[in-house]
Amino acid sequence: MTTAISVHQVAKRFGSVEALAGVDLAVAEGEFFGLLGPNGAGKTTLISALAGLVRVDSGRIEVMGCDVVADYRAARRQLGVVPQELVFDPFFSVRETLRIQSGYFGIRGNDEWIDEILENLDLSSKADANMRTLSGGMKRRVLVAQALVHRPPVIVLDEPTAGVDVELRQTLWQFIRRLNRDGHTIVLTTHYLEEAESLCSRIAMLKAGRVVALDSTANLLRRFSSHALRLRLAPGALLPPAAALRATEKDGICSLSFDRFDEIEPILAELRVAGCTLEELEIGKPDLEEVFIRVMHGLQGDRG
Amino acid sequence: MSGFRTLFYKEVLRFWKVATQTVAAPVLTALLYLLIFSHVLESHIRVYGTVSYTAFLIPGLVMMSVLQNAFANSSSSLIQSKVTGNIIFVLLPPISYREFYAAYVLAAVVRGLVVGFGVLVATIWFAPLEVDNPLWVLAFAVLGGGMLGSLGIVAGIWADKFDQLAAFQNFLIMPLTFLSGVFYSIHSLPPFWQQLSHFNPVFYMIDGFRHGFFGVSDVSPWLSLSIVGACFVLLGMLTLFMLERGYKLRN
Repeated sequence: MTTAISVHQVAKRFGSVEALAGVDLAVAEGEFFGLLGPNGAGKTTLISALAGLVRVDSGRIEVMGCDVVADYRAARRQLGVVPQELVFDPFFSVRETLRIQSGYFGIRGNDEWIDEILENLDLSSKADANMRTLSGGMKRRVLVAQALVHRPPVIVLDEPTAGVDVELRQTLWQFIRRLNRDGHTIVLTTHYLEEAESLCSRIAMLKAGRVVALDSTANLLRRFSSHALRLRLAPGALLPPAAALRATEKDGICSLSFDRFDEIEPILAELRVAGCTLEELEIGKPDLEEVFIRVMHGLQGDRG
Repeated sequence: MSGFRTLFYKEVLRFWKVATQTVAAPVLTALLYLLIFSHVLESHIRVYGTVSYTAFLIPGLVMMSVLQNAFANSSSSLIQSKVTGNIIFVLLPPISYREFYAAYVLAAVVRGLVVGFGVLVATIWFAPLEVDNPLWVLAFAVLGGGMLGSLGIVAGIWADKFDQLAAFQNFLIMPLTFLSGVFYSIHSLPPFWQQLSHFNPVFYMIDGFRHGFFGVSDVSPWLSLSIVGACFVLLGMLTLFMLERGYKLRN
């Protein structure tokens, strides 16, 4: 397995702020990789360093084996970046924008591929429209198209679905998934944890410029989250002591986590025996949100 | 080389798409200067003994337009790209800092020459004007445009906001171009101001450019060429140094 992105001991300071504090990371070719973390954790700085938009103070970054500083031309050819900000050049139409972007990468006569991207992103009808006239969602799609003009094997999406409607989000993910199936390596940052959970096979979590968790999504879920029985008791009712010991309560909902479904019945039996009346009951699946919260609060894995 | 070619093409297309504002407007401004100044001064002033004031003024206005518009092109393009954030489209591709520099400077020269030519076409009807040596004309127009285009890159990268760029333009570019002998021969100035003018590189650009038309000038065109050439090289090196370091662009 080849390494698509390798980040080695990368550190970067902005004045007194330590944006990246010795980050080590490797993304394998063909992976769908998630980069998560709260605002200010260093995700965008890391992506900027990867793309050559920011010079790091120390450490080394390679894209498909090409150093992003020493061999920046080769590295940048391997990389497509969809920036977080909704930026555009108001002087040009969609097609002009994509032709110019192709030219920057030394590609001429790229219309066939441009048409294919436009088609896939549902932009064909807007090809000759000026960028100014497009809606926010359309502009976001053009940003994706711009990142793809040079057919990069590695694609980085920095919060691509922030403020994007449901329909576009679906189209976008369908397309990105297909690119991933075709062999492209995808790196995604997002605040929508359910998106990361369903798309990414491996996830790194950043906090204050450090990698605080790095594992396959399945492993993270297993280690930090579990199924949970969530109960709302009738007013005045109390959990029996045995159940109360293992329950956590938040907003009037008691959660009891479990690993196997046959653990549910004894819990319910205990409640029945205690004469505990329930108003609501649901079974929650392990989710990345719980993982995220636990990791960010510095809690250990294996729910211990 | 293709990244450079595309960036150059994009920069030319950018100003050409709004040519009313970037070409027609400065031509009109120069024409107004000519009409007003020549109306007031034509009968009072002769320069170099034989040259009418209007004829003297035309090359000055042409060169001033070349310089101001070359500066405006690179500086406004960069500040706009920085403020709107679309500068990222140029920073992500494999374009070297040298290609970046060459594309912006060359596009600035093209804008300067297009406007300068426009001013010449608009004003040439007002006085008999002959070109003594077109090589001088071209050399100073290209070198001067290149120098101001380079200065525009420096200003566009340095400024974080539009008003900072406006300050650069109003407090540096305008005084340097207006006090360079566009509207007068510096021999008509009191000695102190005459001396001071010799420290203004724009004076040499205008004087050398004018020499191409009349075959006479305040100082030797070779001296002007050396000074303008040296300034161009120094400023180019400074700009390239800034770009190589990624000053304000890659940080």
